[in-house]
Amino acid sequence: MTKKRTVKRKVKEPEPTKEQPSVSEQSDNEEDEDLLQAVKDPGEDTTDDEGIDQEYQSDSSEDLEFESDEEGNYLGRKVSNEAEEGEDDQDEDDDEDEDEGEDEDDDSDDDSEESDADDASPTPKDDQSSSSKAAAAQTKEPIIQIIPRDPSKPEYEESDTSDEEDIRNTVGNIPMHWYDEYKHIGYDWDAKKIIKPPKGDQIDDFLRKIEDPNFWRTVKDPMTGQEVLLTDEDIALIKRVNSSRIPNPEHDEYAPWIEWFTSEVEKMPIKNVPDHKRSFLPSVSEKKKVSRMVHALKMGWMKTTEEVEREKQQKRGPKFYMLWETDTGREHMRRIHDPVSAPKRDLPGHAESYNPPPEYLFDEKETKEWLKLKDEPHKRKLHFMPQKYKSLRAVPAYSRYLRERFLRCLDLYLCPRAKRVKLNIDAEYLIPKLPSPRDLQPFPTVESLVYRGHTDLVRSVSVEPKGEYLVSGSDDKTVKIWEIATGRCIRTIETNDVVRCVAWCPNAKLSIIAVATGSRLLLINPKVGDKLLIKKTDDLLAESPNLDVIESERIKTAVQWSNAEPDEQEKGVRVVITHFKPIRQVTWHGRGDYLATVMPEGANRSALIHQLSKRRSQIPFSKSKGLIQCVLFHPVKPCFFVATQHNIRIYDLVKQELIKKLLTNSKWISGMSIHPKGDNLLVSTYDKKMLWFDLDLSTKPYQTMRLHRNAVRSVAFHLRYPLFASGSDDQAVIVSHGMVYNDLLQNPLIVPLKKLQTHEKRDEFGVLDVTWHPVQPWVFSTGADCTIRLYT
Amino acid sequence: MRRPKKYEAGEATQYISRRAALRKLQLSLNDFRRLCILKGVYPREPKHRRRAQKGSSEIKILYHTKDIRFLLHEPIVWTLRDYKIFAKKSGRDRAIKDFRNLKRRLALFPEIKLDHIVKERYPTFIDALKDLDDCLTLLFLFSTFPSLHLIPREQSNLCRRLTIEFLHYVIASKSLRKVFISIKGYYFQAEIKGQKVTWIVPHYYPFKPQSRQEVDFKVMSIFVEFYTIMLGFTNYRLYHGLNMAYPPQFPSSMLQDNEDTLKDETSFVSERIAALNFELLRTDKVQEDEEEPDIDMELLEQDGDSKRIIKMKQEAQEIARLRNLFKGLKFFINREVPREPLVIIIRSFGGKVSWDSSVFSGSTYDESDETITHQIVDRPSLSTQYISRDYIQPQWVFDCVNQRQLLPTNKYFLGEELPPHLSPFVDAKRDTYVPPEEKALHDPSLIETHAQSDDESEEEEAAQNEDDTVDQELLDAQLQRAYQQETAEYKKYGGPDGVNEDEEDADDDFDGEQESDEEEEELDEKTKRLQEEKKKMSVQSGKVHKVNKRQLHKAEVDEHRLQARMVKPRHRNLFRKLIREKQSKEKEEWLLRKKRRNIDKDTKEAKKSAKREAKKAAAAAAAAASQLGAK
Repeated sequence: MTKKRTVKRKVKEPEPTKEQPSVSEQSDNEEDEDLLQAVKDPGEDTTDDEGIDQEYQSDSSEDLEFESDEEGNYLGRKVSNEAEEGEDDQDEDDDEDEDEGEDEDDDSDDDSEESDADDASPTPKDDQSSSSKAAAAQTKEPIIQIIPRDPSKPEYEESDTSDEEDIRNTVGNIPMHWYDEYKHIGYDWDAKKIIKPPKGDQIDDFLRKIEDPNFWRTVKDPMTGQEVLLTDEDIALIKRVNSSRIPNPEHDEYAPWIEWFTSEVEKMPIKNVPDHKRSFLPSVSEKKKVSRMVHALKMGWMKTTEEVEREKQQKRGPKFYMLWETDTGREHMRRIHDPVSAPKRDLPGHAESYNPPPEYLFDEKETKEWLKLKDEPHKRKLHFMPQKYKSLRAVPAYSRYLRERFLRCLDLYLCPRAKRVKLNIDAEYLIPKLPSPRDLQPFPTVESLVYRGHTDLVRSVSVEPKGEYLVSGSDDKTVKIWEIATGRCIRTIETNDVVRCVAWCPNAKLSIIAVATGSRLLLINPKVGDKLLIKKTDDLLAESPNLDVIESERIKTAVQWSNAEPDEQEKGVRVVITHFKPIRQVTWHGRGDYLATVMPEGANRSALIHQLSKRRSQIPFSKSKGLIQCVLFHPVKPCFFVATQHNIRIYDLVKQELIKKLLTNSKWISGMSIHPKGDNLLVSTYDKKMLWFDLDLSTKPYQTMRLHRNAVRSVAFHLRYPLFASGSDDQAVIVSHGMVYNDLLQNPLIVPLKKLQTHEKRDEFGVLDVTWHPVQPWVFSTGADCTIRLYT
Repeated sequence: MRRPKKYEAGEATQYISRRAALRKLQLSLNDFRRLCILKGVYPREPKHRRRAQKGSSEIKILYHTKDIRFLLHEPIVWTLRDYKIFAKKSGRDRAIKDFRNLKRRLALFPEIKLDHIVKERYPTFIDALKDLDDCLTLLFLFSTFPSLHLIPREQSNLCRRLTIEFLHYVIASKSLRKVFISIKGYYFQAEIKGQKVTWIVPHYYPFKPQSRQEVDFKVMSIFVEFYTIMLGFTNYRLYHGLNMAYPPQFPSSMLQDNEDTLKDETSFVSERIAALNFELLRTDKVQEDEEEPDIDMELLEQDGDSKRIIKMKQEAQEIARLRNLFKGLKFFINREVPREPLVIIIRSFGGKVSWDSSVFSGSTYDESDETITHQIVDRPSLSTQYISRDYIQPQWVFDCVNQRQLLPTNKYFLGEELPPHLSPFVDAKRDTYVPPEEKALHDPSLIETHAQSDDESEEEEAAQNEDDTVDQELLDAQLQRAYQQETAEYKKYGGPDGVNEDEEDADDDFDGEQESDEEEEELDEKTKRLQEEKKKMSVQSGKVHKVNKRQLHKAEVDEHRLQARMVKPRHRNLFRKLIREKQSKEKEEWLLRKKRRNIDKDTKEAKKSAKREAKKAAAAAAAAASQLGAK
């Protein structure tokens, strides 16, 4: 746009210099010449004032800026100039400030005048008629007519150069109002003043207005002061311009475009000749710059684009070289502390094959299970579903491959690592090396006899010291005596209360059974075996020794000795010791003279020791140390074992002091048994454990055995064989080898030998009591299923 | 003296949480992650988490304090900071449209140098080889990637170049040992300098758009950034070990990015494969294939003939044979077969390979070449066949390598149903179940028996076995006096129980007797002795002693169970765990065996019925024919 404007300006600039013939009449050709020659070098007009003027003109004649270099165009421009000149004239009279407003006013005036004229006289239709009219008008003297050039004629036909132009007024291109105060209006070629034509007063004007039909088309030329009569063409042109149409009526707006100059930029110059060197003026600063660049290139400070590109190409990608000189040589470098290399992924098995053996493919059940574990994929058997493809071509990309790779990456940088010793051992290795049970025979292996007869659970069983008979006490309030070898019940003794415990006197020279039933302790002569022995026992128990010691009140209230009533005498009961609380357990001393009873509810009198020969009772403890579960005499030493719920205390009966306290670390002790040599104690607990205490070693168990699956009810050592048995609520009797060596340095050997599980379960109870045969490796067990069983 | 406070010493000071580490290093989490990946720093599992976390019991990510202190001195931390500065400054330039400055800045982009980290993470070359598994697997994956937002084209190109170089090394050194087609991809195992390097080449085309929660390519890209450097240096050393020039020069048409390869993935892949079929230049002309095994032999011969040495010798011979497994064979790959793994395998075992030149570039000879020995085909039928060559399915190549011998091709013919493809990686310790196909491979004689075995014959065999054992026992019984005695007692008390129980019974009874008549014991003894003497004199026919195996087994199990309860309390949990593992493994094995048995039965049934049908049809046809003839 800017460029176009400048071009236009160049065309327009000369316009003010255009002159109208004022005095002399001229031919059409001359007129043309003048107009054409008015174009001058733009460099010439340099005055500021003019510049402003031009600006103004260009602004006001916006409409005229569309033209190309055709003649109609040119004319239009000229006319507009003329109009402006007219304005200028008026400006002489009016204030210069109101230029624009006036301008518009004038235009509107012109329009109105034109319309008036149109009304008054028929407007010329074509060029011909207008020209004829113009010719008529030419008769008027001062009015100079502009004759349009014949469009058919070439534009530059007659004109030669600009030097020959005929200029009447030589003042040049100046504002003509400078001459307002003078009589003359300028100078002609001979430097003579051109006198202003006489100016009529207003009346003359008015008269002329009335008289002269051409008054409306008469304009004054400011340069010459002459009045110029506008031709019909001029009028038509002005009209066209005012109605903002293209001034040349012959111009066809819709004519096909002729591309005189191609819009494409040619690569090659049209001229083959390069610009001459003289046309180029080298810039000094640029020269300096260039020389500096050349120097930089020479010195290698600067690089050409190719060099830069090449370098970039080389730089791209890492450079590799021999990083390790040898395979195993290690350079001392700082590393991360104590590096732990990441474990490798497992290598694939057959199941991952694209064509696995058929057994690896999932069946329906496995598929369902696999799909079900979608939320917990780690629980799946395989992390993928085995697939079978008929051919290699059909194998698709594994859909989770990317994810697996990503997870491996996460493992490598996000997973905590630690060095752990992985135990690569067989489970068998953890089982302690024990001799085979076959080498430790004899021990009971099969159930050989079942003693049936009781009607309720059998609480307790005891064997005669010689090993021929067996006594059992049951909840059906009976005591039964059995012959071991045949399983025949010899005698049944009924009592008044539930029989909690029975114990055969270990002294073979006495045949006495102690039976704890309710709160009474009955001493019964079973009347089996040697007749002499029975007689002797009866005699011994018949007479009560006279008591010379006065018993304390504490004992008296707790225990009363008495001979049995006659009806009980019939049954074999000889002595009755009545306690103040129900008795839980009774146990004999090895000699058979003392026996101890336990009454858990008896508080500080819960353990009692009775002496049979003197019919006397003692309460060994003045203070209760807990709920006493069971008591035991040491087989050799005068020691007394008392088991409370958690601990076992060993007392010296002679010195009457506590020797040792064994810590069991269990919740509830159920029973205990002492090794016949007296150095090892076996404790059973309700929390499934059996504890082996070596009394010489420590107060803590030497070994804790968890052989049973449920509460262990009782344990028993064999008197002769290195065997012990345990009975539990899981209905099993477990026979174990428990060898104690004479060598004090050798630890006892404990080997579980056999699990005997033939008892039936009843109300959560299994085996209640176990006892060994005194001579044979046979074990008796009583159970909740009302039976006594013998395992041989 | 000041009383030491809690957590001022010991485990609490050894570990540092990630938050604290970030604060100490003055890095963002992203930079820290990058640093950790590049430097190979990983979190540690403390012995006592509670102590290490200063009393808190939630699970935090803990790093070793020394590791973090080690990172503090790392030069690339500064590069990471420079990145940040660079991003800020170039962003500013871009915002104010100062493009000249921006251009200058871009030229000064801070490059990260990882060479020293490779050396530091892998002080010896063998260390690097040990850690090559993950590296190769990831790079092989990335080499197939298209250009992604987070993975620049250069990175995947570099991966492609490096992996191809590595494969060329494997081919040139003939170090490939095992191959396996899994559903995930092709597993390759090579033995390089005594290290087993396993990698996976995924099936085409592994790339699928992934959500960010599933796969974060940024993290993988950082790994690849390090692994490319590592593999480059490894390749360099490997190539120099073989006296080959590194980097290898490929023909200019290969591995250059032209528009075609960028657009079309198949042509991208075919370029890759074409590069593989190209013989690399060596700096020396000597073929050193024979050298290595020879040295091994000499070394082995020096030593005596202990079993291990013999085994090693065999192994070495086997490998020497394996290295030239396909020597002299010429393969032609049909166009439907996935070529890349096959080209690697065939070329690394000395075979020659080519394919249809009109479809893919890089082929060396034409299908019509008469010297081709095997043509690998993966379609049910082929119209034009040459008599001079075997038409096999691709699995043959894999199975041959795993078996280390050329297998008979009859099972792998065109259109045949393939035998199962077995994994060469199974560990006998880990998987106790061995499929019958594998058993047959170890012991070819099994094939026939397996094929022929009928239920009857098996039973017969079993019966025979039993007889044998009985005979043995009989012999023993007649020879041993003690045994005679026992049998005599058995006769007496005649229990239905097994041997052990009998013995026990006898013992017990004997004891009982002893017990019941104590006084008569001696007398009894005497009579017994007499009786025995009498028996000795007379010849008795031996009695068949039937062993109740089941009962015996049960007794044994019980005994074992009891002994197992004697495990020390501190080992009890471990013991239980081990037992559970063992049981589950056994169960698995049992399940597989059962499944296999069922499948075999079904197939046999199907075969039989098919045969019967055929027979029937034949009979019917014959009858019809005879009828027709009669007419």
